[in-house]
Amino acid sequence: MHTLVGNPVQATATTTLTTKDVPRRSLAMSRRNRLGGSQHIGKGLHTTSVKADKNVCFAPLSISTLEKNKEGRIKCTLIPGDGVGPELVYSVQEVFKAAGIPVEFESYFFSEVNPTLSAPLEDVVGSIARNKICIKGILATPDFSHTGELQTLNMKLRNALDLYANVVHVKSLPNVKCRHHDVDCIIIREQTEGEYSALEHESVPGVVECLKIITAAKSERIAKFAFDYAVKMRRKKVTAVHKANIMKLGDGLFLRSCEEMAKLYPRIQFEKMIVDNCTMQMVSNPNQFDVMVTPNLYGNIVDNLASGLVGGAGVVAGASYSADCAVFEQGARHIFSGAVGKNIANPTAMLLCSANLLAHVNLHSYSKMIKNAINKVLKDGKVRTKDLGGQSTTKDFTYAVIHCLT
Amino acid sequence: MAVRLLSKIRLVPELRGAAYSSAAAPAQLSDFDLQHKTPVIRKQKIIPVAQYGGRHAVTMLPGGGIGPEVMGYVRDIIKYIGAPIDFEVVDIDPTVDNDEDVQYAITTIKRNGVGIKGNIETKSEAAYVTSRNVALRNELDMYAYVLNCKSFPGVTTRHKDIDVVIIRQNTEGEYAMLEHESVYGVIESMKVVTATNSERVCRFAFEFAKRNGRKKVTTVHKANIMKLSDGLFLETSRRIARDEYPEIEHNDMIIDNCCMQLVAKPHQFDVMLMTNLYGSIVSNVVCGLLGGAGLLSGRNYGDHYAVFEPGTRNTGTAIAGKNIANPIAMINASVDMLEHLGHHYHADLIRRALNKTINVDKVLTPDVGGTASSTEVVNNIMGNIGRC
Repeated sequence: MHTLVGNPVQATATTTLTTKDVPRRSLAMSRRNRLGGSQHIGKGLHTTSVKADKNVCFAPLSISTLEKNKEGRIKCTLIPGDGVGPELVYSVQEVFKAAGIPVEFESYFFSEVNPTLSAPLEDVVGSIARNKICIKGILATPDFSHTGELQTLNMKLRNALDLYANVVHVKSLPNVKCRHHDVDCIIIREQTEGEYSALEHESVPGVVECLKIITAAKSERIAKFAFDYAVKMRRKKVTAVHKANIMKLGDGLFLRSCEEMAKLYPRIQFEKMIVDNCTMQMVSNPNQFDVMVTPNLYGNIVDNLASGLVGGAGVVAGASYSADCAVFEQGARHIFSGAVGKNIANPTAMLLCSANLLAHVNLHSYSKMIKNAINKVLKDGKVRTKDLGGQSTTKDFTYAVIHCLT
Repeated sequence: MAVRLLSKIRLVPELRGAAYSSAAAPAQLSDFDLQHKTPVIRKQKIIPVAQYGGRHAVTMLPGGGIGPEVMGYVRDIIKYIGAPIDFEVVDIDPTVDNDEDVQYAITTIKRNGVGIKGNIETKSEAAYVTSRNVALRNELDMYAYVLNCKSFPGVTTRHKDIDVVIIRQNTEGEYAMLEHESVYGVIESMKVVTATNSERVCRFAFEFAKRNGRKKVTTVHKANIMKLSDGLFLETSRRIARDEYPEIEHNDMIIDNCCMQLVAKPHQFDVMLMTNLYGSIVSNVVCGLLGGAGLLSGRNYGDHYAVFEPGTRNTGTAIAGKNIANPIAMINASVDMLEHLGHHYHADLIRRALNKTINVDKVLTPDVGGTASSTEVVNNIMGNIGRC
């Protein structure tokens, strides 16, 4: 390693940061405020001699694609959602406040079951499109439609922003007792077409037809997303989940698109699995899975099944991506309405979501900090919420995480 | 251009299958084959770009020589400023004879859309192994090469304030790689010039000039000797200048004269347009005028892909690992890449820091008359980021 001690360049660089440089002090101070805390970054691969990791990272205020307000804080849209959503979101805000994370939330109450209080869809979409990032609780969907509309609010939001890819990272957490250990798979789901196209009609009384739409363009897009995600996360295998033995044309197209895309990724193993077999394999031997790519409905089912394997809806984080935006939400979408106001919901999933959000906007150290804190709390095992067999409250867990922030 | 072709495909229903099957079987027909060996219709491969949640995936080919070193600096800087870029690094083993790694690299660029590369070595001299750089350009059908040559005030050179853009045909001409020995002792090497490719690159040059507010385009050729091949190129450029871009001044110059004029009076040039080999020569001449191989960055464009690289294609194996390689060319290439992806804020951040380092702080490596090491230059740039 080349030493840089006594190097004039380095020396001048440090003096501008210290208070020695009196006339520029206020400038330096304001800059530090703008930075909103020091940000260390990982070591470069080839360049141990460049002390990049010692520098204050300029990242948080300069992410050009992300909206930032005057003080150099990143703006993020926040949708508390229904059920326990607001409680979980409050926990995230508490942790962000305690850690001094330069993220500012733009909160919108958005709900289908409370249409009178809900912010208009256009406002929410506009905010997310502007901020590029969003953290979102779960929206409740009523079983029947008051207005006769077939699309739910969730679907409208997804379609408006073209959030086509849903990613759920199912990973065993320390000290969460489950039947299976070391589960670590990523489930990628197409969520703008398929069974969710909201095209249903009654052609003659007593006969309802529900259209499932599969298009080549969207299938290729999700397949490519899955492979690119696998490349990014350095995964080895992609499994396409389908039911092409029955739906030979629809799921057949999806499968063929995946196969074609697989040819562009010769270094990633590709395999396919029928959805019924997949669910069985999932509960008997989940460790065989790496990255899974699925059409809409199967993805929903597999997501929830896999979440159940590692501890339930309270501990699994997910995210939805479009080309420009990313919305971070829980992996398994349950509003847990039985626990509203009881202060017993598990905020782990939401906190993991927020950590993923921070990693997405290059705030890696904060992201690691939150993840480490959660792991530590879980490992100690003293503070557990009810779903993990403990008696602690949401608040207890949040404060335990805050306590473990380093 | 891609949009225009796509709409063409949509108009003719029986071709849709053709376009689709080309996306279905990427391994069988390369873009180069599609463009050049199936002349009836230009087919497009439709691969979605790798952009998710505002982050871009970019292929990085460090290549040989100083490549891995300077790529390391680029990664450090990109990380430091927090640009939303995810690099997919592909290493190419220069010693093996087969093209597996190169094919893989090409595939990654196809699916990411954008690449940044050092110079890839081709150690093998066997006749069947083509140059890897050439293979990369041909397979991706990157027909236009752009080299922005602008003087840095901080680098002492014979001529000041040079501002020339060189646009070079990148896939055919002398680089067609068609050579044979017809009778013993007689070797023929073919130079191929086609009307379609000439037209594409000429239009590219004039469009570039128009969009960047340039006044003049100079076509460089040797049509007095190669009356048919270079003649075609010259005629095409004249036709496009006359018919489509009458507002831009157009003249032409013979390559030998051009080289002399370049070293004597470089300021007369604005945008220069030329075929493959002349482009290689002229860009090296201009790089030499501006201070050597380590400063400028070049851009390769096709209809679908863009690859960014240092301006002169030397690996610099001799100075690898000595911490004296000039990182500026590669950092410039990364700035070009950020601009191409639309991250103007980050590009501007690096460019301003770079200019301050070169022109104000004058922290330079030995090849451009300084005394600093590579890491000192990089540290200085990082120090300047956000402060100027």
